[in-house]
Amino acid sequence: MTKNRLRQLKERAVKGFFFTHGILSTLVLLGIFALLLYTAVPAFRDIRVGEFLTTKLWDPTSPLKPVYGILSQIMSTLLVTAGALVIAIPIGVGVAAYLSDVAHWRVREIVKPIVEILAGIPSVVVGFLGIVLVGPFLAKISGQSHGLNALNGSLLLAIMSLPTIISISEDSLSAVPQVYSEASLALAGSRWQTLVRVKIPAALSGIIAAVMLGMGRAIGETMTVLMATGNARSFPTSFFQSVRTMTSNIAIELGEVPYYTTHYYALFAVGLVLFIMTFIVNLIADVVLRKYQEREL
Amino acid sequence: MSSKTMKIFALAQLALAVFGGTLLLGQKMLQVKGSDTMVNLVQILAEKYMDKNPKQPIAVLGGGSGTGVTGMINGTCEIANTSRDWRQKEIDMAWEKGIRPRFFAVAIDSLSVIVNGKNPLNELTIAQVGAIYRGEVKNWKAVGGPDMKVSLYGRQSNSGTYVFFLEHVLGNKPYTTDMKEMNGNAQIIEGVITDGGGIGYVGVGYIIDQATGKPMKGLKVLNIKKDDKAEAFSPLDKAAVDSGAYPVSRPLWMATSGSPKGTAAGFLAWIVSPEGQKVVEAEGFYPVGGKLMEQNLKNLK
Repeated sequence: MTKNRLRQLKERAVKGFFFTHGILSTLVLLGIFALLLYTAVPAFRDIRVGEFLTTKLWDPTSPLKPVYGILSQIMSTLLVTAGALVIAIPIGVGVAAYLSDVAHWRVREIVKPIVEILAGIPSVVVGFLGIVLVGPFLAKISGQSHGLNALNGSLLLAIMSLPTIISISEDSLSAVPQVYSEASLALAGSRWQTLVRVKIPAALSGIIAAVMLGMGRAIGETMTVLMATGNARSFPTSFFQSVRTMTSNIAIELGEVPYYTTHYYALFAVGLVLFIMTFIVNLIADVVLRKYQEREL
Repeated sequence: MSSKTMKIFALAQLALAVFGGTLLLGQKMLQVKGSDTMVNLVQILAEKYMDKNPKQPIAVLGGGSGTGVTGMINGTCEIANTSRDWRQKEIDMAWEKGIRPRFFAVAIDSLSVIVNGKNPLNELTIAQVGAIYRGEVKNWKAVGGPDMKVSLYGRQSNSGTYVFFLEHVLGNKPYTTDMKEMNGNAQIIEGVITDGGGIGYVGVGYIIDQATGKPMKGLKVLNIKKDDKAEAFSPLDKAAVDSGAYPVSRPLWMATSGSPKGTAAGFLAWIVSPEGQKVVEAEGFYPVGGKLMEQNLKNLK
């Protein structure tokens, strides 16, 4: 009797423990969003929302008149991220396909952990490589005098989002039921045909989710782009131009801005826009991933 | 992977906690914060001072002049380094918080305009440098250089050098948005050395290679003229900087709240002493003299 009750009590305690944890992370997210909103909104007492989103010039410390426009930063963020994806998707999916389908299991056992370690390299180290290695290389092949540009950022972000893309894509490719490929091979499909026409389509939602998560990583990355892209505030027109993304703009200016001024609130407004962008990306990833898991069942 | 990452994360946190704990429990450190132009100089001054006074620990951080001023107002540092004068707004804000900033000129810096070593150009006027940084001149040919695109390197808006340059060279008109905004003096130098069309501005203490005592390889320090008719002078020319003939030099400031006490008092007194000023010179900056030094000694009391 007492033993039973004790067990019940224990059960309830454990349940409560995990419930608190689950709720806590939700509360933290809501709290961050509320704080961001609360600190960002006062910016719009002095700046019109439309102007904020459509003006190209950002110059809050201008000696003439402060201007707050984040269009150039939004475009820079999108440009650098798009470039990173164009590079990372083919390589990532290729490596994942190789690991799941072609590689000897011994090779896979060695390569996959190494790829995952890549995710642990601090962003400041990647940024440093961008300055001393990728930058001069880009300058040489593009015939420009320097390599601190959007393409440099894209290359580095591609490297940083590869582990996510490879790891999750490989998982979803490996999760495709064996019978699919066996059926394809039995119908005289070659290994290439089996991979491209059967396995990849079957794992597509997982791969898309992987790409979305990689993209979320790329959009929010700060230190690397701060170091490698040159941080010029101009509107981006090509990959060989120095750009300043939303994240680097916040990182550069938040440290010195006097508290509770329009400039201070405006930086939080940039953060809010960025938060909404990454939220949408993560939401899409989640929806796609859920669809994929349902099909698995 | 995730469990491994978690373990590493937990370890890092533990290390941080232990490290932070020792810092908190240990002696009270004198926190010095601010100008990136001054961070190396003040670091070396602090090391030399601590060699003599091992019981007076000093921590020196960079980040930019704006960071130093903000740090002092927010109470995260005792001494703020700035490579520009404090703005009236900042002084007002400090007074509101009960901070009474006192200023000590610890060195003179001749702000140097640098280009890539392969650039044949030797001198520019202040007006030309201003036009280049306002984005009005986009090709070196327009100022008598080779036919090559100008590639601009500058600092970020929290930098005192950024502000000083804006006020004294650009005539208080905005920088072009094409300027690459770098984290510090060292990054500007790194950029200009590798960039054939590059131009940058840095504190004079940064351009000397400590090993040879000459400007760094791959770098050219431009001579600067006040205007078309004036003679051009190098920022490395001590006499020209002293007499004011070199047009862009400035005092580097350290500020305390009220009259300095404890470690801060000893440290500042030593910096402005002949011994400290010798270290300033060895680091490539110029010693303080005349009225500024008189004011220093008065402020120490």
